[in-house]
Amino acid sequence: MAIEKENFSRRDFIKNSSMFAGGVVFASLINPYKFVFATKQPKGKGKWYGIGIDIEKCIGCGSCARACKIENNVPDDPFFFRNWVEQYTITNDERILVSSPNGGIDGFKQPVPEEDIYKTFFVPKMCNHCAKSPCTQVCPVGASFESPEGLALVDQSYCIGCGYCVQACPYGCRYIDPVKGVVDKCTLCYHRLEKGLDPACMMACPTGARIYGDLNDKNSAVSLFLKEHNCAVLKPQLNTESKLFYNDLSQEVH
Amino acid sequence: MPLQVKRLLLVFAIFIGIMLVLKYVLTPDSWREYGPYRGNAIGEIASQQAKYVQKESCADCHDSIAEIKSRGEHINLQCEICHGPGYQHVDDENFKMEITKNSTLCLQCHTMNAASPKNIIKQIDATEHNEGEECITCHNPHQPWL
Amino acid sequence: MDKIQSLYEALTKVDGFIYPNELALNWDMLIVMYPYITGLVAGAFILASLNRVFDIKALRPTYELSLLTALSFMLVATMPLITHLGQPFRFYEMLITPHLTSAMAIFGFVYLWYLMVVLLLEIWFDYRYDMVIWSREKKGFMKFFYKALTLWVSDTSPESRKTDEKIGYFITVVGIPSAFLLHGYVGFIFGSIKANPWWSTVMMPVIFLFSAMVSGIALVMFIYMVVSYLRKQKIDMNALDTIAKYLFYILIIDFTLESLDQIHRIYEADESFDILKILVRGKLFFTFFIMQIGVGVVIPLATLGFLQFKKPRVRIRKLIYWIISICVLVGIFYMRWNVVIGGQLFSKSFYGFTSYKVNLIGGSDVTLSLLWFIVPFFILAFLLWLLPPWKKAPPIEIPEE
Repeated sequence: MAIEKENFSRRDFIKNSSMFAGGVVFASLINPYKFVFATKQPKGKGKWYGIGIDIEKCIGCGSCARACKIENNVPDDPFFFRNWVEQYTITNDERILVSSPNGGIDGFKQPVPEEDIYKTFFVPKMCNHCAKSPCTQVCPVGASFESPEGLALVDQSYCIGCGYCVQACPYGCRYIDPVKGVVDKCTLCYHRLEKGLDPACMMACPTGARIYGDLNDKNSAVSLFLKEHNCAVLKPQLNTESKLFYNDLSQEVH
Repeated sequence: MPLQVKRLLLVFAIFIGIMLVLKYVLTPDSWREYGPYRGNAIGEIASQQAKYVQKESCADCHDSIAEIKSRGEHINLQCEICHGPGYQHVDDENFKMEITKNSTLCLQCHTMNAASPKNIIKQIDATEHNEGEECITCHNPHQPWL
Repeated sequence: MDKIQSLYEALTKVDGFIYPNELALNWDMLIVMYPYITGLVAGAFILASLNRVFDIKALRPTYELSLLTALSFMLVATMPLITHLGQPFRFYEMLITPHLTSAMAIFGFVYLWYLMVVLLLEIWFDYRYDMVIWSREKKGFMKFFYKALTLWVSDTSPESRKTDEKIGYFITVVGIPSAFLLHGYVGFIFGSIKANPWWSTVMMPVIFLFSAMVSGIALVMFIYMVVSYLRKQKIDMNALDTIAKYLFYILIIDFTLESLDQIHRIYEADESFDILKILVRGKLFFTFFIMQIGVGVVIPLATLGFLQFKKPRVRIRKLIYWIISICVLVGIFYMRWNVVIGGQLFSKSFYGFTSYKVNLIGGSDVTLSLLWFIVPFFILAFLLWLLPPWKKAPPIEIPEE
């Protein structure tokens, strides 16, 4: 019995591909988008951490960057940062000059004389602990994940150091530790939160420009901060649902 | 079924079997406890040592300085921002915490910068305001305003 | 450590403002090499499928050569990735606990599928009869080796050969979308990163795929000429001309797609356009305009286009094909360079640039990349000795019924 060559392969091909397509449709009906988003917001109970930064109060002292480096053993050499401070200077002739000398730890100098300055301010940066974080979405082995409290954490004994999450973070918050070969990032001092302490940067800020708390609790410091101020997040068009809210964020800040 | 196809299916079955065994053996124990990651990682991250102890712990012993500080401008400032992390001193009180007496420490916050809001912090130009002398010659760091 | 030293040097070369962590380029030359190698695999396989599935008889002399080339490069394809990892010995985690929202997680499975089910099986079915014959001719260890390769099946009847033929055809048909997946997912890895506007485009998987096909076809053209020269055999000019013709067609499609991407970007001129314009005209000027477009596209297109109308003498055509295949291979390498390295040179704050210095001497990424590119040629030499296409029995005719 001879089967025509073309019919044999074409029939099998159509059969196999329709089985595959049917399986995909079936799976997507059961749980739409399950494979696309990295995390789901917890249903009602449990803490859901958010962060607030008040640009009106930041004095650019760099205490937050310094405290974080010391608390978390961040490599000094050459430099990497879990958080840092940027200085924005907009001149009268509409140039935008941004600088972050050693992340703000060594202090700032204005690049132009004061009479040429139109507007200038400091912007502290850190991990935004996004609710729909692109960094946890792209980790191939599940070493980057969102904890149940909404913090983006890294399992450093499982990370393979591929660097995909570093490329995926729109805010530049991640880096590969040159000694350990794995990814490191801000954990909102998760080890301190568990002990009832504040994150190092929050504690260090002398002017109270940095606030954090439980977004599910409408009376927490960060919820009140959001209520009282007009807050914005960085790069909202990317829909990362960043949980780092800035008060007085200017549009030159990227 | 032709013999070569049967042999191939056998080879593939063995290979897939090995893969499944490896997957079962090598998957970490706490996998999928909370989500697509190692559940034990949360505990491991939480077990990192905390270095800053925060001013309530300092005030337990250094209550007189804490009392002076509470009457001044630096009331909300954490002790460890100037003195460094206190975890070693809390464990062993003989461990001395070093602090510099140089004005560079004070100037970290108080140096004049156009971007620093003047209603939030007092700023000085280090070359004009008492050049050559240390800040603490005149200012008590725990109660700084003269 | 030379890595730390190079970071201090890069600090002095920062142009404008970058996020502090963006100083180090994490995806270096090894990550440029990986899509290049898998592209060669996919492209060589597509050339083989042009003969087997689309019945272009002129390509018969290069059929086995394309498959063996694809296999040699496929065997090496994971190595740039594994040697690049910060923790290379943990690479198995991708197979054991793949995180399914990540495009990179499917790499292990797509690689194994393509290597085992498509490439190895197709070559096995194509060579099975010949391996049985050779196992009878050889003695000693080689006899055992060939017998093992045939899985101790010694059927040489015409029915078994017809089965081989039919199953091999089916595998090639399945192999075409598999090749698209093998290289398309690499393009998707870049194209799905919304944080990076140089990478984030819908066209990325398609562009990667077509440039892969171009590079694979050029590679087979080059290798066919080299192998024939080394064996002192006459080149089948009809095959070579056909390869050049398909190279020309697919190069047109590739150029169209890439131009469309750039024109769209220039026309829409969104938020990222200003910094990308400076990037392309500045740091990427040599690699983009001169190497990728000039050497890799314009010169081959013009030459191959001219050849479609007027064919010079055989000697001159062969020389032209030599040069063109090398131009295309170099051009597609620079295309990967521009995507991978170019995407990391500008800051995501859109305010500045970092730099990437290629350490030609002592740079571990350059040495390893060159190694992973050269090793496949040795593997190919070994495979051509083990499974010589020119010593195969003539293919069995399947009578039309």
